[in-house]
Amino acid sequence: MAVAPALGIEQLREKARLIRKHIIVMTTLAGSGHPTTALSMVEVVVALYFGGILRYDPSNPYWEDRDRFILSKGHGCPALYAVLAEAGYFPVEQLKTLRQLGSPLEGHPNMRALPGIEASTGSLGQGLSIGLGHALAARLDGRDYHVFTMVGDGECDEGQVWEAAMAAKHFKVDNLTCIVDHNKYQQTGCVFDVMDYRPFADKWRAFGWHVQEIDGHDLEQVLSALRLAKSKPIKGTPTVIIAHTIKGKGVSFLEHRSDMHGRAIKIDEAKRALEELGWSWEGELD
Amino acid sequence: MELGRRIGLKLGLSTREAFGRALAELGEEVPNIVVIDGDVNNSTRTEHFAKRFPERFFNFGIAESNMVGVAGGMAACGKIPVVASFACFLMCNAFDQLRMSVAYPRMNVKLVGSHAGISIGQDGPSQMGVEDVALACALGGFVVIVPADEVETREAVRAAIYHNGPVYIRVGRPEVPIVYTDGCNFTIGKANKLRDGRDVTLIANGIMVAAALEAAHLLEQDGISARVLDMHTVKPIDAYAIEEAARDTGAIVVAEEHFAYGGLGSVVAMAAAERYPVPIGFVNLGDTYSRSGDPDDLLRYYGLTADNIAETAKRTIGRKR
Ligand SMILES: Cc1ncc(C[n+]2csc(CCOP(=O)(O)OP(=O)(O)O)c2C)c(N)n1
Ligand SMILES: [Mg+2]
Repeated sequence: MAVAPALGIEQLREKARLIRKHIIVMTTLAGSGHPTTALSMVEVVVALYFGGILRYDPSNPYWEDRDRFILSKGHGCPALYAVLAEAGYFPVEQLKTLRQLGSPLEGHPNMRALPGIEASTGSLGQGLSIGLGHALAARLDGRDYHVFTMVGDGECDEGQVWEAAMAAKHFKVDNLTCIVDHNKYQQTGCVFDVMDYRPFADKWRAFGWHVQEIDGHDLEQVLSALRLAKSKPIKGTPTVIIAHTIKGKGVSFLEHRSDMHGRAIKIDEAKRALEELGWSWEGELD
Repeated sequence: MELGRRIGLKLGLSTREAFGRALAELGEEVPNIVVIDGDVNNSTRTEHFAKRFPERFFNFGIAESNMVGVAGGMAACGKIPVVASFACFLMCNAFDQLRMSVAYPRMNVKLVGSHAGISIGQDGPSQMGVEDVALACALGGFVVIVPADEVETREAVRAAIYHNGPVYIRVGRPEVPIVYTDGCNFTIGKANKLRDGRDVTLIANGIMVAAALEAAHLLEQDGISARVLDMHTVKPIDAYAIEEAARDTGAIVVAEEHFAYGGLGSVVAMAAAERYPVPIGFVNLGDTYSRSGDPDDLLRYYGLTADNIAETAKRTIGRKR
């Protein structure tokens, strides 16, 4: 299997709606987790896995030529788990075991527990370096896979992100793309109030990266940015996609909330959330 | 939290909450305290200090190594920096900064690691500090404290602030049973004897103190008399209390919510080996990362229970010569 068949834009939108349902259901049933973190990244992961961007094979998760997606902001894993289930890595019913003892769907991604997970993450700041490692290994092995890493915007406080950025350009790595889920919030507030690192895009430019800024919920923009990045637009240059997103996207009472980081919602709120997303909650939340 | 329930211990605050409140109180008394956090003030509970003393509180974002380096600099200028984050991120991410900016130049910096152990539950291994005590003990000149409950945490934070030199305090996420219902005499480096006994000594810290007390109760029902020591300070270890326990009871069990290597068990064994070797049993997290799950389920799954301490005590007593 080469590239999973790409869905059309309407089907992708529908997938995104489905992934959002899974996120709400899983985290509500688990009673903990980071639903708002997962909701902001939905369009990007849907485009990667169902929009014909990633080359992968759920029946052969360790295929050496697969493209990699490394979720550096590991606490967003409910979105990734939902996508992996829908892609066929494991049964969708298993999503409901999130965070239970013995489930491979741990609170943060565990690559030794769940095929399809490329890196064990949860301590922020490390995924771009790991991605760079995969990218350099591809060069050594003469393979043409592409590595996508998603980091949080708060995560970009970590010095290691910038060490990796510096090194990726130095080693002229162009099979590495960093996607920043720029949802403007981290745990304790707005990213610019916690640690104002603006001008953000210019920082990446100064580190030698090719920069694209997009609306991270507009699937067409997401798809074309990912396609462009994968085409290695500038030889020897890594690409960063700064995806402007909304933390909690899709559920009105979760959007832009600075106080909802790392909090699951209650059953009655989940019912409202599912209704807003156009789903019936009947039988979903028990 | 189930630990201690069978012997009627009442749930109190989490030790992180007790730390946050104590720190805010001390802020009044000790104007040199500055607090440094890394985007987790609402988790470590330094938010209490931040509200009262906003000008002495710094949120550095998610950047633990920078935080520790800055603390070293501030301490060099006479401040008493308290750096807080999750135990794993603070100790693991910033270890070289702890070594070079704090330990080696003997800076008066206090480190507080929250969310220690597996009792954080569902967030899983990436957020669990299970190596932090070993790392802190490895740093030259560090004092390492693991308080058992809210009462002891309050005393430990005060003692740490008034101690001149680097201190690591480990606190936890869940609400924990109150062990010190009648107050707590706290001296750095001096174990607290919570119960006397003849046949075996149970040495514990953190949440395992409640489990040890419960285990002593279980052992008593089987006619075994167990001493319980709260070894809140791992370094410097109370070697005298260990020697005395070895002489008086002839067997020791060490219980901790930490990996096997380099934690309380290792330190107690070293002291006992030097002063009065007796059989020692160990209850800890072994050498493998745990899983996500309900905290009580995890504690049971990994044997951090009163029952397992009692069983281990019986086996250890059986090894007496
Ligand atoms: C090294 C490290 N420090 C602290 C944390 C605790 N933590 C978990 S999520 C989070 C905020 C992350 O914000 P951001 O990167 O913007 O991700 P978002 O949830 O907004 O997608 C923090 C501080 C962590 N996981 N890792
Ligand atoms: Mg963010």
